[in-house]
Amino acid sequence: MSNQNIETPAQQEYTITVYTENQIGILNRIAIIFSRRKINIESLNTSPSEIEHIHRFNIVIQETEDVVRKLCRQIEKQVEVLKVYYNTNEDIIWQEMALYKVPTDTVADKAPVERLLREFGARAVVIRRDYTVFETTGHREETDKLIEVLQPYGLIEFVRSARVAIIKESEGFNAKLREFEREEPGQEVIENEYLDKEKNVFTM
Amino acid sequence: MELAQAEATTATAPKKTTTLTGSAAVLEGLIAEGTEVVFGYPGGAIMPIYDALYDYKERLQHILVRHEQGATHAAQGFARTSGKVGVVFATSGPGATNLVTGLADAQIDSTPMVCITGQVFAHLLGTDAFQETDVINITTPVTKWNYQVTDASEIPAALAKAFYIARSGRPGPVLIDITKNAQMQLFEYEGYVPCKHIRSYRPKPIVRNEYIEQAAAMINAAKKPFILFGQGVLLGGAEQEFKAFVEKSGIPSAWTILGAGAIPTDHPLNVGMLGMHGNYGPNVQTNSCDVLIAIGMRFDDRVTGRLDKYAKQAKVVHLDIDPAEIDKNVKADVPVWGDCKETLPALTALIEEKVHTEWLAEFRAFDKVEQEELIQKELNPETGELTMGEVINQLNVLTKGEAVIVSDVGQHQMVACRYAQFNKTRSNITSGGLGTMGFGLPAAIGAKFGTPDRTVVAVIGDGGFQMTLQELGTIMQSGVDVKIMILNNQFLGMVRQWQQLFNEKRYSFVDIKSPDFVKLAESYYIAGKRISERDDLVAALTEMLEHKGSYLLEVMVTKEHNVFPMVPQGCSVSEIRLK
Ligand SMILES: Cc1ncc(C[n+]2csc(CCOP(=O)(O)OP(=O)(O)O)c2C)c(N)n1
Repeated sequence: MSNQNIETPAQQEYTITVYTENQIGILNRIAIIFSRRKINIESLNTSPSEIEHIHRFNIVIQETEDVVRKLCRQIEKQVEVLKVYYNTNEDIIWQEMALYKVPTDTVADKAPVERLLREFGARAVVIRRDYTVFETTGHREETDKLIEVLQPYGLIEFVRSARVAIIKESEGFNAKLREFEREEPGQEVIENEYLDKEKNVFTM
Repeated sequence: MELAQAEATTATAPKKTTTLTGSAAVLEGLIAEGTEVVFGYPGGAIMPIYDALYDYKERLQHILVRHEQGATHAAQGFARTSGKVGVVFATSGPGATNLVTGLADAQIDSTPMVCITGQVFAHLLGTDAFQETDVINITTPVTKWNYQVTDASEIPAALAKAFYIARSGRPGPVLIDITKNAQMQLFEYEGYVPCKHIRSYRPKPIVRNEYIEQAAAMINAAKKPFILFGQGVLLGGAEQEFKAFVEKSGIPSAWTILGAGAIPTDHPLNVGMLGMHGNYGPNVQTNSCDVLIAIGMRFDDRVTGRLDKYAKQAKVVHLDIDPAEIDKNVKADVPVWGDCKETLPALTALIEEKVHTEWLAEFRAFDKVEQEELIQKELNPETGELTMGEVINQLNVLTKGEAVIVSDVGQHQMVACRYAQFNKTRSNITSGGLGTMGFGLPAAIGAKFGTPDRTVVAVIGDGGFQMTLQELGTIMQSGVDVKIMILNNQFLGMVRQWQQLFNEKRYSFVDIKSPDFVKLAESYYIAGKRISERDDLVAALTEMLEHKGSYLLEVMVTKEHNVFPMVPQGCSVSEIRLK
């Protein structure tokens, strides 16, 4: 009698992984599944996967598991979506990448900055006379920390990527895809054989 | 049509190709898909297709509607009676935006439909060109799938995909937007190959036997099992399989309005209609059964009322082709994913043959109360004024429950669903999920094209009729035989009922004036009559039914009459009111 569950389960961060065909408009189809329920997407990344013509989305939202499961089913229902997974943070390994642009003279002049950068595992991507761009990857708190540190040294610009995540327990999508290609043609659609025999159906 | 025949000269794979325009390829594709009739309206951006149609007149019937919304509803009516895919043509911009209501209606009611819209030249896309609208983005939330074609060579495959997606799995509407250059472009046509497989699309979930076994065990152990069935049974063409299941299990079965007719109304195990204006017994018994078996229905809020007080005591078995429906509104204890045409026979094989005499008697007791307190009064009113119920009941008697009843939206719709008999499948055509006023008249036109041998009666309110009454022109021009019955209560009745019951009779803008409908019909060369006396009812209905060709009958009914029973908004199904 599972209908009796009335306690309101807690929201938490979920990472949704979606495999889709590379098709114009699919981003919109997926996005409106969230917007029509008034759910805010915290982070969204999409990029070609390891398989040709298949894209992989990572979408991060704050929700209850029940809502996330329903959303995933709605996403998986879209014609061009191959597979959807959802995971809590414990189930995944994830990273975000951040770029920080700071004036080169402050970096050069002020030794503490250099030390801090080393502490944060940052690396210089570009060093120009006027500015230097550093990069770090990590969880949100980690990349946030460096902002705080660089702010007093004249941080000019900052940008962070969406989350990319790998599922710890996943066997990989390659195997799943082979199953898709193998099974699907076997599942023949059964045509309605009574359509042309209307009169024979329940004529009293 | 003069077609330049051209043999492909590629040395490696000599293929027989023909040079065709994109437009001709569209029509070839439709014919290959078995399309017989297209409902549409021309315009600049779809002119090449209409030009090609001129040469296909013998092979494709085109019905010129009076508004593109009418085309979609006609296509829905066609699809719902015939079980085939309804096809619509419309031009870009306003033509395409006029399709939105019908697309939304078809989407929520799972109706297979392919709409083809013209679009501005590809090089003008995104420039706010004349009659350019972003049809793909506008229709994304109301289509199962949509696609824009900018090159003629894409047309055969896009069309094949469109038909496959529209009719397979849980059916739905699909839209193909074709730019004008693609319609005019000549290309090497290699013939039409129907689509049977799309890598990313799984129309049917794989049936899991362990769930069928669990469901059977649950049903076999049940003392008070109860079946709720919906349109999934009709869409799966599983009427026979359903009947076999119901009869072997002996379980009382109730229907959603889109499931009506899956078994005949007077089948001994058919215990009536569910939902806000459904029957007394099935609503109350939902909260006293021990196992609820939902088949091809989606627990719409008009059926469930308050979810936190819905069937809490029951174990739920849910059979559905769409995995997204499982647990969406009501948590299933056993989900049976799959096409019910496959899952029902598997389940029937595992269940014990039973009769539930006492349990059925409980339903009968509720029936008796509803009959005495409500139905008898509705059918034998004490005043001289006609009630909607007695009109539908009389229609029933005369058509012997064999007619296709197409209803619009409002009180008359609920009365039609409650009082009509459906002895055949695919007989109740109505806008269930969207509740679209204006659906009735155009849908009835399509319904008649979908089943030309059956009598089609449209039951429409005075309000809804005025939303799409221009389709009388379509009836006139196509000569289609539709019986139109306007139940005129001189109010937007259903809204007035709510205002009476819940807003202290503050009748805010529900008093609606109407033209002389009979004269209006006459101006379209459609025969008609208005009646208001009980003594005239049988003769008028008979005249309408026996008339060769379309006929409009306006029946003046009691003004302030309410549809009961009613589960008020926000109440539980047990709180259903008889008055
Ligand atoms: C397009 C649209 N607009 C508004 C409504 C809201 N609505 C539902 S029933 C109804 C009244 C219908 O009146 P009428 O057609 O006269 O039928 P009756 O209820 O009187 O039988 C209205 C306005 C609707 N369902 N559809």
